[in-house]
Amino acid sequence: MAEATIPLKLTAKDFKSDQEVRWCPGCGDYAILAAVQQFMPELNIPRENIVFVSGIGCSSRFPYYMNTYGMHSIHGRAPAIATGLSVSRPDLSVWVVTGDGDALSIGGNHLIHALRRNVNLKILLFNNRIYGLTKGQYSPTSELGKITKSTPTGSADSPFNPLSLALGAEATFVARTIDSDRKHLQSVLRAAAEHDGSAFIEIYQNCNIFNDGAFELLKDPGTKDDHLIRLEHGQPITFGAQGQFCVVHPAGGFGLSVRETASVAPEDVLVHDATVDDPAYAFALSRLSGSDLGTTPIGVFRSVRRESYDTLVQEQLATAKAGATGTPEEMLSGLLASGDTWTIL
Amino acid sequence: MAEQVSDAAPAKQVQQLERVVIRFAGDSGDGMQLTGDRFTSETAQLGNDISTLPNFPAEIRAPAGTLPGVSSFQVHFADYDILTPGDSPNVLVAMNPAALKANVADLPPGADIIVNTDEFTKRNLIKVGYAVSPLEDGSLARFRVHPVALTSMTVGALADLDVSKKDAERAKNMFALGLVSWMYSRPHESTLRFLERKFAKRPELVAANIAAFKAGWNFGETTETFTVRYEVKPAKMAAGTYRNITGNAALALGLVAAGVRAQLPVFLGAYPITPASDILHELSKHKRLGVTTMQAEDEIAAVAAAVGAAYGGALAVTTTSGPGVALKGESISLAIALELPLVIVDVQRAGPSTGMPTKTEQADLNMALYGRHGEAPLAVIAPKSPSDCFHAAIEAARIALTYRTPVILLSDNYVANGSEPWLLPEVGDLPDLRVEFATEPNGEDGRFLPYLRDPETMARPWAVPGTPGLEHRIGGLEKADRTGDISYDPANHDFMVRTRAARIDGIPVPDVEVDDPDGDASVLVLGWGSTYGPIGAACRRLRQRNLPIAQAHLRHIAPLPANLGEVLRRYDRVVIPEMNLGQLAHVIRAKYLVDALPYNQVRGLPFTATELANMLEDVVKNG
Ligand code: SF4
Repeated sequence: MAEATIPLKLTAKDFKSDQEVRWCPGCGDYAILAAVQQFMPELNIPRENIVFVSGIGCSSRFPYYMNTYGMHSIHGRAPAIATGLSVSRPDLSVWVVTGDGDALSIGGNHLIHALRRNVNLKILLFNNRIYGLTKGQYSPTSELGKITKSTPTGSADSPFNPLSLALGAEATFVARTIDSDRKHLQSVLRAAAEHDGSAFIEIYQNCNIFNDGAFELLKDPGTKDDHLIRLEHGQPITFGAQGQFCVVHPAGGFGLSVRETASVAPEDVLVHDATVDDPAYAFALSRLSGSDLGTTPIGVFRSVRRESYDTLVQEQLATAKAGATGTPEEMLSGLLASGDTWTIL
Repeated sequence: MAEQVSDAAPAKQVQQLERVVIRFAGDSGDGMQLTGDRFTSETAQLGNDISTLPNFPAEIRAPAGTLPGVSSFQVHFADYDILTPGDSPNVLVAMNPAALKANVADLPPGADIIVNTDEFTKRNLIKVGYAVSPLEDGSLARFRVHPVALTSMTVGALADLDVSKKDAERAKNMFALGLVSWMYSRPHESTLRFLERKFAKRPELVAANIAAFKAGWNFGETTETFTVRYEVKPAKMAAGTYRNITGNAALALGLVAAGVRAQLPVFLGAYPITPASDILHELSKHKRLGVTTMQAEDEIAAVAAAVGAAYGGALAVTTTSGPGVALKGESISLAIALELPLVIVDVQRAGPSTGMPTKTEQADLNMALYGRHGEAPLAVIAPKSPSDCFHAAIEAARIALTYRTPVILLSDNYVANGSEPWLLPEVGDLPDLRVEFATEPNGEDGRFLPYLRDPETMARPWAVPGTPGLEHRIGGLEKADRTGDISYDPANHDFMVRTRAARIDGIPVPDVEVDDPDGDASVLVLGWGSTYGPIGAACRRLRQRNLPIAQAHLRHIAPLPANLGEVLRRYDRVVIPEMNLGQLAHVIRAKYLVDALPYNQVRGLPFTATELANMLEDVVKNG
């Protein structure tokens, strides 16, 4: 990411557009917007070099409220549109704002391909486990059996785990955070912004109209400590008010398990390493939480280096151009006249 | 084995011809496309005018020796300018019984047939349903049949060379090419050079293929089977440097040229699809001229990525065929709402659904004009011949860039894979396509108004990210005039819908020209796209029979040329031949209230000049 050397001295206010924000009062999107606007000056990137691209859904209104360049596009296609923009304009900082329906249902294909290519996009997926804009149908992250307007007797589809999906596509940066925890959200944004390549962030977002309290277990001071696992690179993975729970890799199993810390030898408590190259580790972490959110890690699951699509494409262009001689017009003349030609006098 | 190609032909009679149509036909694995290509190249070197038509199966390798596996290449060459690859071949080279069976019905009486007798085995005959060999039952009596043991003679000619029997047999197409090159007195140097290049890594195959070519040539020279050798003199063509080019190659080069003339990087988003993939292949080679190609995950991503690149200031293109355009509709609508330049290339093929992917059709016109939700107008243009694809691509880019609109370029399989000589243009003579990006706020008190239009072009400013002070948000929601803010205001929507229509209608396009040599025609034949050649050839035939006929051909279909209504009303009868069920005819009838007569064919093949001439003759004589 291009960084200006002179501090730009921007503030959150500089990133507020003149448009009236029109989410429902109390929607988690407000908190995310405020957190992002407050974080943006840290990037020290001129506003004109930042672009927010979104699809369709409540979250996708986001670009209208950012005083940067922005495009509110069509349902599911934001990662593809942003790919075309990012690969042809590597000087820009391109952010995608999407939701669970937008990114995982209608746009699932574009999301996984952007991630496998490792396009230099920062993708913020607001997961509220419901369709808000269309007034309350179940989404691909809604729990099995969810009763909604379109599933009066309960949904029969199993949900996606967005992080497992991203990791299956071998995304190089994968993280999860929560709308209401501004500090954590911004720490994840910071790590994502520093990452070269695709950064995928799932943000648990409350839709207080159609799916209120979906993540309450992880927010309520009375319950959150026992269910929320804060991942920190290089630190043993423990949780609970007194760290009484921990994550281990039991011998003979594929996945990870939660144990009582007291019952485990200290050296057997898993130490988080986001840089493990094999996505299987982060995948195993992502499997700790099911629909019930019982043990839900947040933080950076995976952050590994792999050449971005943008860089590889730009390198090919640069190599081709380095071998070229003459003006574009001269090269074009030569190109048109290539192959077997003949001249009539 | 003779080492030299002998050019002196003392014993043979030489006959002058004005034009010849040859069809090379064989199994998909027999190398017929390559053989046809080489013959075309030799013929181009000689200065004949040329038009070619490949015809290959959709299957990569259908079972050997079967009718679905037949692949053919037709080349028409003449000492005057020609417009089509020819209706019926004067010469058929049939490498096996399937090739004979699949093509014999197209031959006129008296045509030459060169057959590879080695393949006329009982088994091969049964495979295609011949109970008795057609070479023996008299069914080919109306043709001049030249039975040649092509495979065994090739193997014999290569006996001294260090190649496997399989490789020797595979060189039989070069034997056939040598023989036909001898028959039509073609120069052979370029083919020998080509073989050296093609097999540079395997010198034994260079030697084998060259030996096979020479053996075929010398066989024609020495055998009694061929008593006549033919010559077709060079055509009178405009001075300049030429190359033979297919429509897809010309279209790709046109896009590269447009990028150079616009001084913009070209971005192509594409998903592989027959018959458009060759454009992607060609463009992927031109990175040094600033062309980026992205093979997207699907058709939708391909166009969406192009929309993103257009937003970033590139000359953005997506190339596909009909099924792909169907998938791209929503993104094209977005580009219409965003008023961004975008070139969408549709190399049409026979539909609906998967249809016949390797066969031609013009049935995507309705989709190009109307195939989107809401009132979603855009510009539509169509090339008329393979080399015209170059200029049509530049024109599509010019309209897209100048008027900030998506443009659909309707090519089709016939022009895409057909080829003809192309007079190379001077780069400096190509249109200047440079654009000005917005750099300054355009509104009161330093505001930027993304939907404030240029009064002349009605284009909105192209303000690309990275421009300080012009940060703005746009999207698919209806926008207020000037500000581009979201608007649900009824009057504004009505205004914006009408404005989007008016800005396409207002694009100035050249008047349609009428070819009516004596100015006395009462019937006008109107076409668009790839039917130009067959319609033109048919009109010539009518005029040779002293039947006056006028021809007009549309390059721009949206908007239509301003003089078209007046042109149509000049004639008593307007005939519109199309390879669909009358899609342009509907437009013309609706817009001009002209009782145009549709003439339609959807066989996956181009019109023949003969059938069009017969139809037009009937209209001219009987109204
Ligand atoms: S419907 Fe839900 S997600 Fe949408 S704005 Fe309202 S509260 Fe937010």
